[in-house]
Amino acid sequence: MSRMRGILALVAAAATCAGIAGTMAQTQDESEREIERYRAMINDPMANPGYLAVDRGEVLWAQARGTKAVSLETCDLGEGPGKLEGAYAKLPRYFADADRVMDLEQRLLWCMEKIQGLDTADVIRRRFSGPGRASDMEDLVAFIANKSNGTRIEPQTAHAREREMLAMGEALFYRRAGAMDFSCATCHAEPGKRIRLQGLPDFSTPGKQAQETMGSWPTYRVSQSALRTMQHRLWDCFRQQRWPEPAYASDGLTALQMFLNVQAAGGEITVPSIKR
Amino acid sequence: MVSFSSKLFRTLLVCGFAVTVSSVDAQDRPPVDPAKVDALIQGMFTRVSPEWRARAVLDDTQRACTERRNQVSGAEADAIQARERASVVLPPDGNFLGDWRKGFQVANNGRGLQFSDPAGTVAGGNCYACHQMSPKEVSYGTLGPSLAGYGRERNYDPELIRDAYIKIFNAQAAVACSNMPRFGSSKVLTIDQIKDVLAYLFDRQSPVNQP
Ligand code: HEC
Ligand code: HEC
Repeated sequence: MSRMRGILALVAAAATCAGIAGTMAQTQDESEREIERYRAMINDPMANPGYLAVDRGEVLWAQARGTKAVSLETCDLGEGPGKLEGAYAKLPRYFADADRVMDLEQRLLWCMEKIQGLDTADVIRRRFSGPGRASDMEDLVAFIANKSNGTRIEPQTAHAREREMLAMGEALFYRRAGAMDFSCATCHAEPGKRIRLQGLPDFSTPGKQAQETMGSWPTYRVSQSALRTMQHRLWDCFRQQRWPEPAYASDGLTALQMFLNVQAAGGEITVPSIKR
Repeated sequence: MVSFSSKLFRTLLVCGFAVTVSSVDAQDRPPVDPAKVDALIQGMFTRVSPEWRARAVLDDTQRACTERRNQVSGAEADAIQARERASVVLPPDGNFLGDWRKGFQVANNGRGLQFSDPAGTVAGGNCYACHQMSPKEVSYGTLGPSLAGYGRERNYDPELIRDAYIKIFNAQAAVACSNMPRFGSSKVLTIDQIKDVLAYLFDRQSPVNQP
Protein backbone atom coordinates (compact mmCIF):
# COMPACT_ATOMS: atom_id res chain seq x y z
CA MET A 1 0.00 0.00 0.00
CA SER A 2 2.78 2.42 0.87
CA ARG A 3 4.27 1.58 -2.47
CA MET A 4 1.08 2.66 -4.27
CA ARG A 5 0.99 5.90 -2.28
CA GLY A 6 4.57 6.45 -3.30
CA ILE A 7 3.71 6.16 -6.96
CA LEU A 8 0.78 8.52 -6.63
CA ALA A 9 3.01 11.00 -4.86
CA LEU A 10 5.56 10.60 -7.60
CA VAL A 11 3.00 11.26 -10.31
CA ALA A 12 1.79 14.27 -8.38
CA ALA A 13 5.32 15.55 -7.97
CA ALA A 14 6.01 15.06 -11.63
CA ALA A 15 2.79 16.78 -12.65
CA THR A 16 3.48 19.68 -10.34
CA CYS A 17 6.93 20.16 -11.68
CA ALA A 18 5.72 19.85 -15.26
CA GLY A 19 3.09 22.45 -14.47
CA ILE A 20 5.82 24.72 -13.28
CA ALA A 21 7.70 24.25 -16.51
CA GLY A 22 4.57 25.05 -18.48
CA THR A 23 3.46 28.18 -16.73
CA MET A 24 6.65 29.43 -15.14
CA ALA A 25 4.33 30.70 -12.44
CA GLN A 26 6.55 29.55 -9.65
CA THR A 27 10.12 30.17 -8.86
CA GLN A 28 13.13 28.18 -9.92
CA ASP A 29 13.68 27.34 -6.25
CA GLU A 30 10.34 25.64 -5.97
CA SER A 31 10.80 23.60 -9.12
CA GLU A 32 14.19 22.53 -7.95
CA ARG A 33 12.63 21.35 -4.72
CA GLU A 34 10.11 19.34 -6.73
CA ILE A 35 12.86 17.77 -8.76
CA GLU A 36 14.70 16.90 -5.60
CA ARG A 37 11.56 15.27 -4.27
CA TYR A 38 11.22 13.34 -7.51
CA ARG A 39 14.82 12.21 -7.38
CA ALA A 40 14.44 11.12 -3.78
CA MET A 41 11.34 9.23 -4.79
CA ILE A 42 12.92 7.24 -7.59
CA ASN A 43 15.81 6.46 -5.30
CA ASP A 44 13.42 5.21 -2.67
CA PRO A 45 13.16 1.44 -3.02
CA MET A 46 9.78 1.51 -1.28
CA ALA A 47 8.17 3.86 -3.81
CA ASN A 48 9.36 2.31 -7.07
CA PRO A 49 8.05 -1.16 -7.99
CA GLY A 50 11.08 -1.55 -10.24
CA TYR A 51 12.98 -2.46 -7.11
CA LEU A 52 10.94 -5.64 -6.80
CA ALA A 53 12.60 -6.68 -10.07
CA VAL A 54 15.98 -5.74 -8.61
CA ASP A 55 15.32 -8.04 -5.66
CA ARG A 56 14.17 -10.91 -7.87
CA GLY A 57 17.21 -10.41 -10.08
CA GLU A 58 19.53 -10.66 -7.09
CA VAL A 59 18.04 -14.03 -6.24
CA LEU A 60 18.29 -15.26 -9.84
CA TRP A 61 21.91 -14.16 -10.10
CA ALA A 62 22.86 -16.36 -7.15
CA GLN A 63 20.61 -19.30 -7.99
CA ALA A 64 22.16 -22.58 -9.19
CA ARG A 65 20.50 -23.52 -12.49
CA GLY A 66 21.12 -25.37 -15.74
CA THR A 67 22.70 -28.74 -16.42
CA LYS A 68 25.78 -27.62 -14.50
CA ALA A 69 23.72 -26.52 -11.50
CA VAL A 70 25.76 -23.40 -10.86
CA SER A 71 24.87 -19.75 -10.39
CA LEU A 72 25.76 -16.83 -12.65
CA GLU A 73 28.17 -15.47 -10.06
CA THR A 74 31.26 -16.21 -12.16
CA CYS A 75 29.81 -14.53 -15.25
CA ASP A 76 32.17 -11.85 -16.56
CA LEU A 77 30.24 -8.76 -17.65
CA GLY A 78 33.43 -7.05 -18.75
CA GLU A 79 34.90 -5.96 -15.44
CA GLY A 80 35.98 -9.41 -14.32
CA PRO A 81 34.10 -12.56 -13.21
CA GLY A 82 31.23 -11.71 -10.90
CA LYS A 83 32.13 -8.01 -10.76
CA LEU A 84 28.93 -6.04 -11.14
CA GLU A 85 29.77 -2.53 -9.93
CA GLY A 86 29.96 -0.19 -12.92
CA ALA A 87 29.74 -3.03 -15.46
CA TYR A 88 26.48 -1.83 -17.03
CA ALA A 89 27.91 1.65 -17.66
CA LYS A 90 30.42 0.16 -20.13
CA LEU A 91 28.08 -2.10 -22.08
CA PRO A 92 27.79 -2.98 -24.92
CA ARG A 93 31.46 -3.97 -25.26
CA TYR A 94 33.71 -6.52 -26.94
CA PHE A 95 34.17 -9.92 -25.23
CA ALA A 96 37.19 -11.88 -26.38
CA ASP A 97 35.84 -15.24 -25.14
CA ALA A 98 32.78 -14.91 -27.39
CA ASP A 99 34.59 -12.82 -30.03
CA ARG A 100 31.55 -10.56 -30.18
CA VAL A 101 30.37 -7.14 -29.08
CA MET A 102 27.50 -7.81 -26.67
CA ASP A 103 24.95 -5.84 -24.73
CA LEU A 104 23.98 -6.93 -21.23
CA GLU A 105 21.15 -9.17 -22.37
CA GLN A 106 23.24 -10.96 -24.99
CA ARG A 107 26.00 -11.43 -22.44
CA LEU A 108 23.63 -12.85 -19.85
CA LEU A 109 22.25 -15.35 -22.36
CA TRP A 110 25.81 -16.32 -23.23
CA CYS A 111 26.68 -16.88 -19.55
CA MET A 112 23.52 -18.90 -19.01
CA GLU A 113 24.45 -21.19 -21.89
CA LYS A 114 28.20 -21.47 -21.29
CA ILE A 115 28.44 -21.31 -17.51
CA GLN A 116 25.14 -22.78 -16.38
CA GLY A 117 24.38 -25.05 -19.32
CA LEU A 118 20.90 -23.56 -19.24
CA ASP A 119 18.53 -24.02 -22.17
CA THR A 120 17.69 -20.39 -22.85
CA ALA A 121 14.66 -21.08 -25.07
CA ASP A 122 12.32 -20.65 -22.11
CA VAL A 123 14.19 -17.57 -20.86
CA ILE A 124 13.86 -16.00 -24.30
CA ARG A 125 10.18 -16.90 -24.47
CA ARG A 126 9.74 -14.91 -21.26
CA ARG A 127 12.00 -12.04 -22.43
CA PHE A 128 9.23 -9.52 -21.77
CA SER A 129 7.09 -10.03 -18.69
CA GLY A 130 3.31 -10.04 -18.85
CA PRO A 131 0.46 -10.70 -16.46
CA GLY A 132 1.39 -13.84 -14.55
CA ARG A 133 4.62 -14.28 -16.49
CA ALA A 134 7.84 -13.07 -14.88
CA SER A 135 10.90 -12.31 -16.99
CA ASP A 136 14.30 -13.50 -15.79
CA MET A 137 15.96 -11.10 -18.18
CA GLU A 138 14.09 -8.04 -16.94
CA ASP A 139 14.84 -8.99 -13.34
CA LEU A 140 18.53 -9.70 -13.94
CA VAL A 141 19.00 -6.48 -15.92
CA ALA A 142 17.31 -4.46 -13.19
CA PHE A 143 19.59 -5.98 -10.55
CA ILE A 144 22.80 -5.61 -12.56
CA ALA A 145 22.13 -2.14 -13.99
CA ASN A 146 21.26 -0.91 -10.51
CA LYS A 147 24.83 -1.79 -9.48
CA SER A 148 26.02 1.00 -11.80
CA ASN A 149 23.97 3.70 -10.11
CA GLY A 150 25.95 6.88 -9.64
CA THR A 151 28.43 5.95 -12.37
CA ARG A 152 28.46 7.60 -15.78
CA ILE A 153 27.84 6.04 -19.17
CA GLU A 154 31.25 5.17 -20.60
CA PRO A 155 30.97 3.74 -24.12
CA GLN A 156 33.80 1.40 -25.06
CA THR A 157 35.46 2.17 -28.40
CA ALA A 158 39.04 0.95 -27.94
CA HIS A 159 38.47 -2.29 -29.86
CA ALA A 160 38.04 -2.18 -33.64
CA ARG A 161 34.93 -4.37 -33.40
CA GLU A 162 33.40 -1.86 -30.96
CA ARG A 163 34.07 0.99 -33.37
CA GLU A 164 32.57 -1.02 -36.20
CA MET A 165 29.47 -1.74 -34.11
CA LEU A 166 29.14 1.95 -33.32
CA ALA A 167 29.41 2.92 -36.98
CA MET A 168 26.79 0.33 -37.93
CA GLY A 169 24.50 1.55 -35.15
CA GLU A 170 24.75 5.07 -36.46
CA ALA A 171 23.99 3.88 -40.00
CA LEU A 172 21.00 1.96 -38.69
CA PHE A 173 19.73 5.04 -36.83
CA TYR A 174 19.43 6.95 -40.12
CA ARG A 175 18.18 4.08 -42.26
CA ARG A 176 14.78 4.68 -43.84
CA ALA A 177 12.66 1.66 -44.63
CA GLY A 178 9.25 0.09 -44.20
CA ALA A 179 5.87 1.07 -45.58
CA MET A 180 6.12 4.50 -43.96
CA ASP A 181 9.76 5.28 -44.83
CA PHE A 182 10.59 5.83 -41.14
CA SER A 183 14.01 5.75 -39.53
CA CYS A 184 14.86 6.37 -35.89
CA ALA A 185 15.89 9.83 -37.07
CA THR A 186 12.35 10.57 -38.34
CA CYS A 187 11.25 10.78 -34.73
CA HIS A 188 14.48 11.38 -32.78
CA ALA A 189 16.67 13.81 -34.70
CA GLU A 190 15.28 17.23 -33.82
CA PRO A 191 14.86 18.83 -30.42
CA GLY A 192 11.44 19.74 -29.09
CA LYS A 193 9.31 17.57 -31.39
CA ARG A 194 6.26 15.54 -30.38
CA ILE A 195 4.13 12.67 -31.64
CA ARG A 196 0.63 13.59 -30.51
CA LEU A 197 1.45 14.74 -26.96
CA GLN A 198 4.51 12.57 -26.42
CA GLY A 199 7.79 14.42 -26.37
CA LEU A 200 10.49 12.84 -28.53
CA PRO A 201 14.08 12.88 -27.28
CA ASP A 202 16.65 14.00 -29.85
CA PHE A 203 19.48 11.48 -30.15
CA SER A 204 21.15 13.01 -33.21
CA THR A 205 23.45 15.19 -31.13
CA PRO A 206 25.40 14.00 -28.09
CA GLY A 207 24.32 15.53 -24.84
CA LYS A 208 21.60 15.95 -22.25
CA GLN A 209 18.63 14.38 -24.02
CA ALA A 210 20.51 11.19 -24.81
CA GLN A 211 22.12 11.19 -21.36
CA GLU A 212 18.83 11.61 -19.51
CA THR A 213 17.29 8.84 -21.61
CA MET A 214 20.02 6.23 -21.57
CA GLY A 215 20.82 6.89 -17.91
CA SER A 216 17.22 6.06 -16.99
CA TRP A 217 16.86 2.56 -18.52
CA PRO A 218 15.90 -0.04 -17.33
CA THR A 219 12.76 1.64 -16.09
CA TYR A 220 9.52 0.71 -14.39
CA ARG A 221 6.77 1.61 -16.86
CA VAL A 222 3.65 2.58 -14.98
CA SER A 223 1.48 2.17 -18.11
CA GLN A 224 2.63 -1.44 -18.48
CA SER A 225 3.05 -2.27 -14.78
CA ALA A 226 6.39 -3.81 -15.68
CA LEU A 227 10.11 -3.28 -15.48
CA ARG A 228 11.36 -2.79 -19.04
CA THR A 229 14.84 -2.92 -20.52
CA MET A 230 16.28 -1.13 -23.55
CA GLN A 231 15.58 -4.27 -25.62
CA HIS A 232 11.87 -3.72 -24.99
CA ARG A 233 12.02 0.01 -25.72
CA LEU A 234 13.73 -0.62 -29.07
CA TRP A 235 11.29 -3.44 -29.88
CA ASP A 236 8.45 -0.96 -29.30
CA CYS A 237 10.11 1.69 -31.48
CA PHE A 238 10.55 -0.83 -34.32
CA ARG A 239 6.83 -1.43 -34.05
CA GLN A 240 6.09 2.29 -34.28
CA GLN A 241 8.56 2.49 -37.13
CA ARG A 242 6.45 -0.05 -39.04
CA TRP A 243 9.53 -2.23 -39.44
CA PRO A 244 9.48 -6.02 -38.97
CA GLU A 245 9.72 -7.35 -35.43
CA PRO A 246 13.41 -7.42 -34.46
CA ALA A 247 14.71 -10.66 -32.95
CA TYR A 248 15.40 -10.35 -29.24
CA ALA A 249 19.09 -9.83 -28.43
CA SER A 250 20.05 -9.58 -32.11
CA ASP A 251 23.18 -7.68 -33.09
CA GLY A 252 21.33 -4.80 -34.76
CA LEU A 253 19.82 -3.85 -31.40
CA THR A 254 23.28 -3.96 -29.83
CA ALA A 255 24.60 -1.67 -32.57
CA LEU A 256 21.81 0.83 -31.88
CA GLN A 257 22.53 0.75 -28.16
CA MET A 258 26.20 1.34 -28.86
CA PHE A 259 25.34 4.44 -30.89
CA LEU A 260 22.81 5.71 -28.33
CA ASN A 261 25.28 5.25 -25.49
CA VAL A 262 27.94 7.17 -27.39
CA GLN A 263 25.45 10.03 -27.74
CA ALA A 264 24.77 9.63 -24.03
CA ALA A 265 28.40 9.42 -22.87
CA GLY A 266 28.85 10.95 -19.44
CA GLY A 267 25.19 10.59 -18.48
CA GLU A 268 24.60 9.48 -14.92
CA ILE A 269 22.92 6.12 -14.40
CA THR A 270 19.98 6.16 -11.96
CA VAL A 271 18.01 2.97 -12.37
CA PRO A 272 15.53 1.48 -12.28
CA SER A 273 13.79 4.77 -12.98
CA ILE A 274 10.05 5.08 -13.28
CA LYS A 275 8.26 6.35 -16.38
CA ARG A 276 4.90 6.72 -18.00
CA MET B 1 -3.12 10.34 -20.46
CA VAL B 2 -0.79 13.28 -20.71
CA SER B 3 2.79 12.31 -21.36
CA PHE B 4 4.20 12.84 -17.97
CA SER B 5 7.58 11.39 -18.74
CA SER B 6 8.22 13.80 -21.57
CA LYS B 7 6.96 16.81 -19.67
CA LEU B 8 8.96 15.76 -16.74
CA PHE B 9 11.89 15.31 -19.02
CA ARG B 10 11.59 18.84 -20.33
CA THR B 11 11.24 20.02 -16.80
CA LEU B 12 14.43 18.28 -15.83
CA LEU B 13 16.07 20.24 -18.64
CA VAL B 14 14.42 23.47 -17.56
CA CYS B 15 15.46 22.83 -14.02
CA GLY B 16 18.98 22.59 -15.34
CA PHE B 17 20.39 19.21 -14.57
CA ALA B 18 24.07 19.63 -15.31
CA VAL B 19 25.79 16.65 -16.84
CA THR B 20 29.25 16.47 -18.29
CA VAL B 21 29.78 15.29 -21.83
CA SER B 22 32.78 13.19 -22.64
CA SER B 23 32.13 12.72 -26.31
CA VAL B 24 33.49 10.02 -28.55
CA ASP B 25 35.27 11.53 -31.53
CA ALA B 26 34.04 11.12 -35.06
CA GLN B 27 37.22 9.27 -36.02
CA ASP B 28 36.06 6.50 -33.70
CA ARG B 29 33.43 5.72 -36.33
CA PRO B 30 35.10 4.13 -39.33
CA PRO B 31 33.23 4.22 -42.64
CA VAL B 32 30.81 1.32 -42.70
CA ASP B 33 30.64 -1.35 -45.32
CA PRO B 34 27.02 -1.15 -46.59
CA ALA B 35 26.99 -4.91 -47.18
CA LYS B 36 27.79 -5.44 -43.48
CA VAL B 37 24.98 -3.15 -42.43
CA ASP B 38 22.58 -5.01 -44.71
CA ALA B 39 23.72 -8.32 -43.20
CA LEU B 40 23.34 -6.97 -39.67
CA ILE B 41 19.79 -5.91 -40.44
CA GLN B 42 18.85 -9.15 -42.14
CA GLY B 43 20.11 -10.88 -39.01
CA MET B 44 17.44 -9.11 -36.98
CA PHE B 45 14.60 -10.41 -39.15
CA THR B 46 15.43 -14.07 -39.68
CA ARG B 47 12.27 -15.16 -37.86
CA VAL B 48 9.73 -13.01 -39.68
CA SER B 49 7.69 -13.88 -42.77
CA PRO B 50 9.16 -13.19 -46.21
CA GLU B 51 6.52 -10.53 -46.71
CA TRP B 52 7.65 -8.70 -43.58
CA ARG B 53 11.32 -9.21 -44.42
CA ALA B 54 10.71 -7.48 -47.76
CA ARG B 55 9.67 -4.33 -45.91
CA ALA B 56 13.21 -3.99 -44.57
CA VAL B 57 14.61 -3.87 -48.09
CA LEU B 58 15.18 -0.32 -49.31
CA ASP B 59 13.80 0.98 -52.60
CA ASP B 60 15.86 3.45 -54.63
CA THR B 61 14.39 6.49 -52.91
CA GLN B 62 14.85 5.09 -49.41
CA ARG B 63 18.42 4.17 -50.31
CA ALA B 64 19.22 7.67 -51.61
CA CYS B 65 17.63 9.41 -48.61
CA THR B 66 19.40 7.04 -46.21
CA GLU B 67 22.80 7.57 -47.81
CA ARG B 68 22.40 11.36 -47.81
CA ARG B 69 20.56 11.53 -44.49
CA ASN B 70 17.81 13.35 -46.39
CA GLN B 71 20.20 16.10 -47.59
CA VAL B 72 20.07 15.32 -51.31
CA SER B 73 21.58 17.61 -53.96
CA GLY B 74 19.37 19.48 -56.43
CA ALA B 75 19.89 16.91 -59.18
CA GLU B 76 19.22 13.99 -56.84
CA ALA B 77 16.09 15.69 -55.55
CA ASP B 78 14.83 16.22 -59.10
CA ALA B 79 15.39 12.55 -59.93
CA ILE B 80 13.57 11.41 -56.78
CA GLN B 81 10.63 13.74 -57.31
CA ALA B 82 10.23 12.72 -60.96
CA ARG B 83 10.30 9.04 -60.04
CA GLU B 84 7.83 9.46 -57.17
CA ARG B 85 5.52 11.68 -59.22
CA ALA B 86 5.31 8.91 -61.83
CA SER B 87 3.77 6.58 -59.24
CA VAL B 88 0.89 8.92 -58.36
CA VAL B 89 -2.55 7.73 -59.48
CA LEU B 90 -5.16 10.49 -59.74
CA PRO B 91 -8.80 9.65 -58.87
CA PRO B 92 -10.31 7.82 -61.88
CA ASP B 93 -13.57 9.80 -61.60
CA GLY B 94 -11.73 13.15 -61.53
CA ASN B 95 -13.35 13.88 -58.19
CA PHE B 96 -10.82 14.84 -55.50
CA LEU B 97 -12.95 15.44 -52.44
CA GLY B 98 -14.56 12.64 -50.44
CA ASP B 99 -16.33 12.73 -47.08
CA TRP B 100 -14.61 14.89 -44.46
CA ARG B 101 -16.14 12.89 -41.58
CA LYS B 102 -14.51 9.72 -42.84
CA GLY B 103 -11.42 11.81 -43.47
CA PHE B 104 -11.28 12.64 -39.78
CA GLN B 105 -11.19 8.91 -39.02
CA VAL B 106 -8.28 8.47 -41.41
CA ALA B 107 -6.40 11.40 -39.88
CA ASN B 108 -7.05 10.21 -36.34
CA ASN B 109 -6.29 6.52 -36.83
CA GLY B 110 -2.76 5.40 -35.97
CA ARG B 111 -3.34 1.71 -36.49
CA GLY B 112 -2.04 -0.45 -39.26
CA LEU B 113 1.24 -1.86 -40.56
CA GLN B 114 2.69 -2.48 -37.11
CA PHE B 115 3.87 -6.02 -36.47
CA SER B 116 1.46 -6.17 -33.54
CA ASP B 117 -1.59 -5.46 -35.72
CA PRO B 118 -3.90 -8.38 -36.47
CA ALA B 119 -4.02 -9.36 -40.14
CA GLY B 120 -6.54 -7.32 -42.09
CA THR B 121 -6.28 -4.21 -39.90
CA VAL B 122 -7.30 -1.17 -41.95
CA ALA B 123 -4.46 1.33 -41.76
CA GLY B 124 -5.05 4.98 -40.94
CA GLY B 125 -3.00 7.97 -42.04
CA ASN B 126 -2.27 9.07 -38.48
CA CYS B 127 -1.89 12.65 -39.70
CA TYR B 128 -2.50 13.91 -36.16
CA ALA B 129 0.70 12.20 -35.02
CA CYS B 130 2.61 14.84 -36.97
CA HIS B 131 0.22 17.71 -37.80
CA GLN B 132 -2.14 20.11 -36.11
CA MET B 133 -5.40 19.96 -38.09
CA SER B 134 -8.63 20.98 -36.35
CA PRO B 135 -7.74 23.90 -34.07
CA LYS B 136 -10.00 22.32 -31.43
CA GLU B 137 -7.94 19.14 -31.15
CA VAL B 138 -5.22 19.52 -28.51
CA SER B 139 -3.52 16.17 -29.02
CA TYR B 140 -1.41 16.68 -32.13
CA GLY B 141 2.24 16.18 -33.00
CA THR B 142 4.75 18.63 -34.38
CA LEU B 143 6.93 16.63 -36.78
CA GLY B 144 5.08 18.32 -39.66
CA PRO B 145 3.70 21.87 -40.10
CA SER B 146 0.28 22.90 -38.79
CA LEU B 147 -2.54 22.28 -41.26
CA ALA B 148 -5.16 24.23 -39.29
CA GLY B 149 -7.31 26.30 -41.64
CA TYR B 150 -5.62 24.60 -44.60
CA GLY B 151 -8.44 24.83 -47.16
CA ARG B 152 -9.75 28.19 -45.97
CA GLU B 153 -6.31 29.76 -46.20
CA ARG B 154 -6.08 28.50 -49.78
CA ASN B 155 -9.52 29.76 -50.76
CA TYR B 156 -10.49 26.15 -51.55
CA ASP B 157 -8.58 26.57 -54.83
CA PRO B 158 -9.11 23.47 -57.07
CA GLU B 159 -5.52 23.55 -58.26
CA LEU B 160 -4.22 23.49 -54.70
CA ILE B 161 -6.63 20.65 -53.90
CA ARG B 162 -5.01 18.68 -56.70
CA ASP B 163 -1.52 19.56 -55.39
CA ALA B 164 -2.48 18.40 -51.90
CA TYR B 165 -3.86 15.14 -53.29
CA ILE B 166 -0.51 14.49 -54.96
CA LYS B 167 1.28 15.50 -51.74
CA ILE B 168 -0.65 12.96 -49.70
CA PHE B 169 -0.45 10.25 -52.34
CA ASN B 170 3.31 10.70 -52.47
CA ALA B 171 4.92 13.33 -50.25
CA GLN B 172 8.20 12.93 -52.09
CA ALA B 173 6.71 13.87 -55.45
CA ALA B 174 6.84 17.40 -54.04
CA VAL B 175 9.67 17.27 -51.48
CA ALA B 176 12.45 14.71 -51.98
CA CYS B 177 13.28 12.81 -48.78
CA SER B 178 10.32 14.33 -46.93
CA ASN B 179 9.76 12.71 -43.54
CA MET B 180 6.11 12.23 -44.46
CA PRO B 181 5.08 8.74 -45.67
CA ARG B 182 4.19 8.16 -49.34
CA PHE B 183 0.69 7.08 -48.40
CA GLY B 184 -0.72 6.20 -51.82
CA SER B 185 2.36 4.84 -53.55
CA SER B 186 3.24 2.71 -50.51
CA LYS B 187 -0.32 1.39 -50.37
CA VAL B 188 -0.88 2.56 -46.81
CA LEU B 189 -4.05 4.42 -47.86
CA THR B 190 -6.48 3.79 -50.72
CA ILE B 191 -7.51 6.47 -53.21
CA ASP B 192 -10.85 6.76 -51.41
CA GLN B 193 -9.17 7.26 -48.04
CA ILE B 194 -6.97 9.97 -49.54
CA LYS B 195 -10.02 11.70 -51.00
CA ASP B 196 -11.69 11.58 -47.59
CA VAL B 197 -8.69 13.03 -45.77
CA LEU B 198 -8.38 15.67 -48.50
CA ALA B 199 -12.00 16.63 -47.80
CA TYR B 200 -11.05 16.93 -44.13
CA LEU B 201 -8.51 19.56 -45.23
CA PHE B 202 -10.61 21.27 -47.92
CA ASP B 203 -14.31 20.90 -47.12
CA ARG B 204 -15.78 24.19 -45.91
CA GLN B 205 -17.71 22.28 -43.22
CA SER B 206 -14.65 20.48 -41.90
CA PRO B 207 -13.49 21.39 -38.38
CA VAL B 208 -10.07 22.07 -39.94
CA ASN B 209 -11.53 25.19 -41.55
CA GLN B 210 -13.52 26.42 -38.54
CA PRO B 211 -11.97 28.97 -36.21
C1 HEC C 1 7.25 6.79 -35.43
C2 HEC C 1 7.94 7.31 -34.31
C3 HEC C 1 9.18 6.66 -33.73
C4 HEC C 1 10.20 6.01 -34.38
C5 HEC C 1 10.37 5.78 -35.86
C6 HEC C 1 11.14 5.64 -33.35
N1 HEC C 1 10.70 6.03 -32.12
FE1 HEC C 1 11.72 5.91 -30.36
N2 HEC C 1 10.13 6.73 -29.37
C7 HEC C 1 8.95 7.14 -29.97
C8 HEC C 1 8.01 7.52 -28.93
C9 HEC C 1 6.60 8.04 -29.17
C10 HEC C 1 8.68 7.33 -27.70
C11 HEC C 1 8.11 7.52 -26.30
C12 HEC C 1 8.31 8.88 -25.75
C13 HEC C 1 7.62 8.96 -24.40
O1 HEC C 1 7.25 7.93 -23.85
O2 HEC C 1 7.45 10.06 -23.93
C14 HEC C 1 10.01 6.84 -28.02
C15 HEC C 1 10.98 6.55 -27.07
C16 HEC C 1 12.27 6.11 -27.36
C17 HEC C 1 13.30 5.90 -26.37
C18 HEC C 1 13.16 6.09 -24.86
C19 HEC C 1 13.00 7.55 -24.52
C20 HEC C 1 12.94 7.82 -23.03
O3 HEC C 1 12.83 8.99 -22.68
O4 HEC C 1 12.99 6.92 -22.23
C21 HEC C 1 14.41 5.46 -27.05
C22 HEC C 1 15.76 5.11 -26.46
C23 HEC C 1 14.06 5.41 -28.45
N3 HEC C 1 12.76 5.83 -28.60
C24 HEC C 1 14.91 5.01 -29.47
C25 HEC C 1 14.51 4.80 -30.79
C26 HEC C 1 15.34 4.15 -31.80
C27 HEC C 1 16.76 3.67 -31.59
C28 HEC C 1 14.59 4.07 -32.94
C29 HEC C 1 14.90 3.39 -34.22
C30 HEC C 1 15.19 2.01 -34.19
C31 HEC C 1 13.32 4.73 -32.65
N4 HEC C 1 13.30 5.13 -31.34
C32 HEC C 1 12.32 4.93 -33.59
C33 HEC C 1 8.69 7.21 -31.32
C34 HEC C 1 9.49 6.66 -32.31
C1 HEC D 1 5.70 11.16 -39.87
C2 HEC D 1 5.20 12.48 -40.02
C3 HEC D 1 4.05 12.82 -40.91
C4 HEC D 1 2.83 12.18 -41.09
C5 HEC D 1 2.36 10.90 -40.40
C6 HEC D 1 2.08 12.98 -41.99
N1 HEC D 1 2.81 14.06 -42.39
FE1 HEC D 1 2.21 15.55 -43.66
N2 HEC D 1 4.04 16.43 -43.53
C7 HEC D 1 5.08 15.99 -42.72
C8 HEC D 1 6.22 16.88 -42.89
C9 HEC D 1 7.57 16.74 -42.18
C10 HEC D 1 5.84 17.85 -43.83
C11 HEC D 1 6.69 19.05 -44.34
C12 HEC D 1 7.69 18.61 -45.37
C13 HEC D 1 7.02 18.29 -46.66
O1 HEC D 1 6.30 19.14 -47.21
O2 HEC D 1 7.18 17.17 -47.14
C14 HEC D 1 4.47 17.54 -44.20
C15 HEC D 1 3.71 18.27 -45.12
C16 HEC D 1 2.37 18.07 -45.40
C17 HEC D 1 1.56 18.89 -46.29
C18 HEC D 1 2.05 20.09 -47.06
C19 HEC D 1 1.94 21.31 -46.20
C20 HEC D 1 2.25 22.57 -47.01
O3 HEC D 1 3.38 23.01 -46.94
O4 HEC D 1 1.36 23.05 -47.70
C21 HEC D 1 0.29 18.36 -46.29
C22 HEC D 1 -0.93 18.87 -47.05
C23 HEC D 1 0.32 17.21 -45.41
N3 HEC D 1 1.58 17.06 -44.88
C24 HEC D 1 -0.78 16.40 -45.14
C25 HEC D 1 -0.72 15.21 -44.40
C26 HEC D 1 -1.84 14.29 -44.27
C27 HEC D 1 -3.24 14.53 -44.82
C28 HEC D 1 -1.40 13.24 -43.54
C29 HEC D 1 -2.10 11.97 -43.15
C30 HEC D 1 -2.80 11.23 -44.16
C31 HEC D 1 -0.01 13.51 -43.18
N4 HEC D 1 0.35 14.71 -43.74
C32 HEC D 1 0.78 12.68 -42.41
C33 HEC D 1 5.06 14.90 -41.87
C34 HEC D 1 4.03 13.99 -41.75
